[in-house]
Amino acid sequence: MKRTLTKGFTDDMIRPVMNTTVWFWAIVLATGTVVACGAAAWAYQLWYGIGVSGKRWPSFWALYLTNFVFWIGISHAGTLISAILRLVNAGWRRPVTRVAEVITVFALMIGALFPIIHLGRPWLAFWLFPYPSAREIWPNFRSPLAWDFFAINTYLTGSLLFLLLPMIPDFALVRDKATGWRKKFYGALSFGWRGTTKQWNRLESAMQIMAIAILPVAVSVHTIVSFDFSMANVPMWHSTIFGPYFVAGAIFSGIAALIIAMAALRKALALEKYLLPLHFENLGKLLLLMSILWGYFVFNERLTVWYGNEHHEMAVFWATQRGEYAPFYWTMVICNFVVPIAILSNPYTRTILGCVIASFGVVVGMWLERFLIVVPSLSHKALPYSWGTYTPTPVELYIMAATFAAMILLYTLFAKFVPIIAIWEMKAGDSEKAHTAGQYEKATSAVGGVRDAAATEAH
Amino acid sequence: MAVYGLYPEPEMAQQAVNNLRAAGVSDADITVISSEPFEHFEFGHRDAKTAMPFIATFAGALGLLLTYYLLGASQRSWPLVTSGMPVVPLWTNLIIIFEMTMLSAIIATVITLIYTAFISERGKMYDPEVSDGFILVGVEKPSDASKLESALAIDGGRVKHA
Repeated sequence: MKRTLTKGFTDDMIRPVMNTTVWFWAIVLATGTVVACGAAAWAYQLWYGIGVSGKRWPSFWALYLTNFVFWIGISHAGTLISAILRLVNAGWRRPVTRVAEVITVFALMIGALFPIIHLGRPWLAFWLFPYPSAREIWPNFRSPLAWDFFAINTYLTGSLLFLLLPMIPDFALVRDKATGWRKKFYGALSFGWRGTTKQWNRLESAMQIMAIAILPVAVSVHTIVSFDFSMANVPMWHSTIFGPYFVAGAIFSGIAALIIAMAALRKALALEKYLLPLHFENLGKLLLLMSILWGYFVFNERLTVWYGNEHHEMAVFWATQRGEYAPFYWTMVICNFVVPIAILSNPYTRTILGCVIASFGVVVGMWLERFLIVVPSLSHKALPYSWGTYTPTPVELYIMAATFAAMILLYTLFAKFVPIIAIWEMKAGDSEKAHTAGQYEKATSAVGGVRDAAATEAH
Repeated sequence: MAVYGLYPEPEMAQQAVNNLRAAGVSDADITVISSEPFEHFEFGHRDAKTAMPFIATFAGALGLLLTYYLLGASQRSWPLVTSGMPVVPLWTNLIIIFEMTMLSAIIATVITLIYTAFISERGKMYDPEVSDGFILVGVEKPSDASKLESALAIDGGRVKHA
């Protein structure tokens, strides 16, 4: 059987790297402007103090921490999904992995920025770093915030390496095709890669080991983010279910982000031949599964609180069920549960468009979920005298919008400089398929030959 | 000086490798370069043996022990009492120990990869046509280039000197 990928495939993949379109500049300009507005808002906050944000007693954790948890959750799109698919050797993973891994790296970078913005005085951020210093403020390794530092940095380092290593053979390919400054640039990035059998074997071994190592790290990261809440004796936070609940929610929002990114890239870079409806169909099924799992966790969490009937927990419970936060809560339920199940459980609506609509719903729903975890609990603490309300200010909203624009900007720049689909992985998959089909054809023709000979003999 | 053949199909590359072996070239002297891994061909499994998993495991264990020691030593040298927990609480320390174990294993894997696949694999023989899908099979500094040329001459392939 012949290979299905033609020479045109490589050209399709490196075209965006070699040519720059007007659309690229338009996206960079638009998103860059929003990012600049966000940076200006942050500068305003630094100049006038953290009081310009809406954070007030008792809701000292508000929009910034909501976004921190949201972006760390989104980061579960890439490395985790890619590592699982790599370990189970799912053939359909090949066009998806790099698209996914990039989300992880950028989402982690953006997420990790929020605690620094939240500090108010970011130039003192190093006080949080766990190292012994002349200030004699010894790091408290028992604090979940110190655990965050270790977990996020381990995951970011691992994810960055997991993304960068398989890019090297593709850089070498671009080096061979390019001329001028691009040849020098990609020559430097390819670290002298030639593609000897030893290099391929070592790269494959390294990717396998890193996939095994990165999986528990990915699970630990969001578990530790959940510990920021569940270790505190705050109503509806102090719960043993928070670890797995956060991990499931993170994977859920991560898959949704991946589907949106894939659909956007497919359209923008004309990748219809490579990002097939099958990929969306498979990811859509995963999203459906995670939606059901998310519903299961929410039901468990809510039922336990309701049945326990502790009055300080019930205050938060009713605030979200039918109080001031109820519109957010029920929107979240519709976006995370009703819409995905309605669209994705039906094979006729589980199309690319259907998956994208459901994914947009999930991203909105999961952001609301993070908000509903952070704010209502802090606004309804154990004693009613410490109750309060929270309203975000334009400064917070600008900064939040800027991070979404930053994600699009970083992704656009990445797709400009790096082939967004791993070229060598696609080729390897195609070659493997052709080889297996060839072996099958050989085997069936041999069986056919034996059968014919037996029939002739019998005749 | 190097002599090599460029082949559009992996079957041809396999044939060239076999011919070189038959011509008395040792496996260590044969170089195969491609733009993708060919796991389902014999030549793709040359040099597959690696100590990388053991190095990663060892580094992970080392990271575990070092973090265990450093955490305990830090906590004992400046004892902080936090909500009735012991000065060196294993439950919470386990979280940091786990992260550092994994980070050590990951970094050791990458260092091993850099050394074995990049530093020790620096060679001169290369042809940019590899990026067009051709598979390069050749020998660097051959003792008898003409003998190898005939071994590399396969229908559909091209023999080159560098």
